[in-house]
Amino acid sequence: MRIPDTRGPISSALFAALSKAPDAATPELDGLHRLVAGQVARTGDIIADEDIQLSLFCLYELHYSGLDGVSDAWEWEPALIRVRRLIEEPFEAALRAAARQAAGDADLPAGIAMTSDAVADVLFGLAAMNTGPSVSRFVARKASLEQLKEFLIHKSVYQLKEADPHTWAIPRLTGRAKAALVEIQADEYGGGRPERMHSALFARTMRGLGLDDTYGAYVDTIPAVSLASVNLMSLCGLNRRLRGAITGHLAIYEMTSSQPNRFYGNGFRRHGFAADVTHYFDEHVEADAVHEQIAGRDLAGGLVEAEPKLLADVLFGATAVMAIDGRVSAHLLSSWEAGETSLRAAVPAAA
Amino acid sequence: MNPEQHGTRPDVGQEPAPGSIVVCPDGPLIVRGDFEIVTPSGDAVPRERRTVALCRCGASAIKPYCDGTHKMIKFRTEPKGGQPPA
Repeated sequence: MRIPDTRGPISSALFAALSKAPDAATPELDGLHRLVAGQVARTGDIIADEDIQLSLFCLYELHYSGLDGVSDAWEWEPALIRVRRLIEEPFEAALRAAARQAAGDADLPAGIAMTSDAVADVLFGLAAMNTGPSVSRFVARKASLEQLKEFLIHKSVYQLKEADPHTWAIPRLTGRAKAALVEIQADEYGGGRPERMHSALFARTMRGLGLDDTYGAYVDTIPAVSLASVNLMSLCGLNRRLRGAITGHLAIYEMTSSQPNRFYGNGFRRHGFAADVTHYFDEHVEADAVHEQIAGRDLAGGLVEAEPKLLADVLFGATAVMAIDGRVSAHLLSSWEAGETSLRAAVPAAA
Repeated sequence: MNPEQHGTRPDVGQEPAPGSIVVCPDGPLIVRGDFEIVTPSGDAVPRERRTVALCRCGASAIKPYCDGTHKMIKFRTEPKGGQPPA
């Protein structure tokens, strides 16, 4: 991914360090560590902190597509991982606080041995909670062409690498849960056919609207809260201790997909777009009706049956994604209803 | 009892069945294995994936496949207040 523009002192110091070789950047890394330690203590809302979320996003990207011009040797540089963990700790704390709020009055089970179907029932119940005005309905009925493009740009941060953050969890699971995650991901990655990979379908949708499908092309325009929704996935996917959370996350993602994707497809059809653009949404209506059952019952449910102590983390992953995506949705709708851009700058005119 | 043997997987000690149908409570039938989906005259029904969810509630807009509508209509597979079928 191309290195984005800086958003503050942390991203500036990070990109300066990364421009060198790891063993030549010791002073930069020490400076970065001190800077981050100070900033995470001072920030009022780490989830919306542009500089911190962008920096965390770029740190995680070293594990995905890498950063242009940055040596792959940086990926496991201990001093850099040390910086990332300085950010992860308060980020996770903020996510847990937001997740508890999102759960609200929901009566969540704790400390009992649950069957996989009972776990699935709790997750389906959470997914059905009314989380306020709906982006998908707005897209179906009202969104303008520019708003459709903004919508795709926000989604592109995840969808162009769709499924990758959950894939990290496969080696950390066993038995039924492992088989379930592989089964879902095999479908996400096109069942052996690269042109059917969900990320490829999304790229096709973007091109149909004249957008650049290169990963990260629009990162500079994407606000912290949208980056945070992907950082949440990377946090949970890349940490064994959060394997419960990534399964709860995936279950909720799958369970809140089919109907919204039907609405998104309708919105794009309303503007006259054809199957090359809408196939992504139609595919998800069908795929996620399968995946939600597997994710709820076999993956999250199977994991809790095998490791009952992970129930709380499964529920954390589920409620955290509800909280963060709720913030992203609220931001999109309040911007669009005010006739303003939801991006950090207006989308550049199509080439 | 080994909790890994619950649910949608056959007992690992036995020869696995060539296919399986999982009846999801209040939801679709998940079908796995080696099977075709055809119309009565034998034409293949379009199929995008190995493991499918077949509509049980009757309200899907993409039958025979599930599209999640069972959740909207609160489809129930067990009688109200009664025991699950034997």
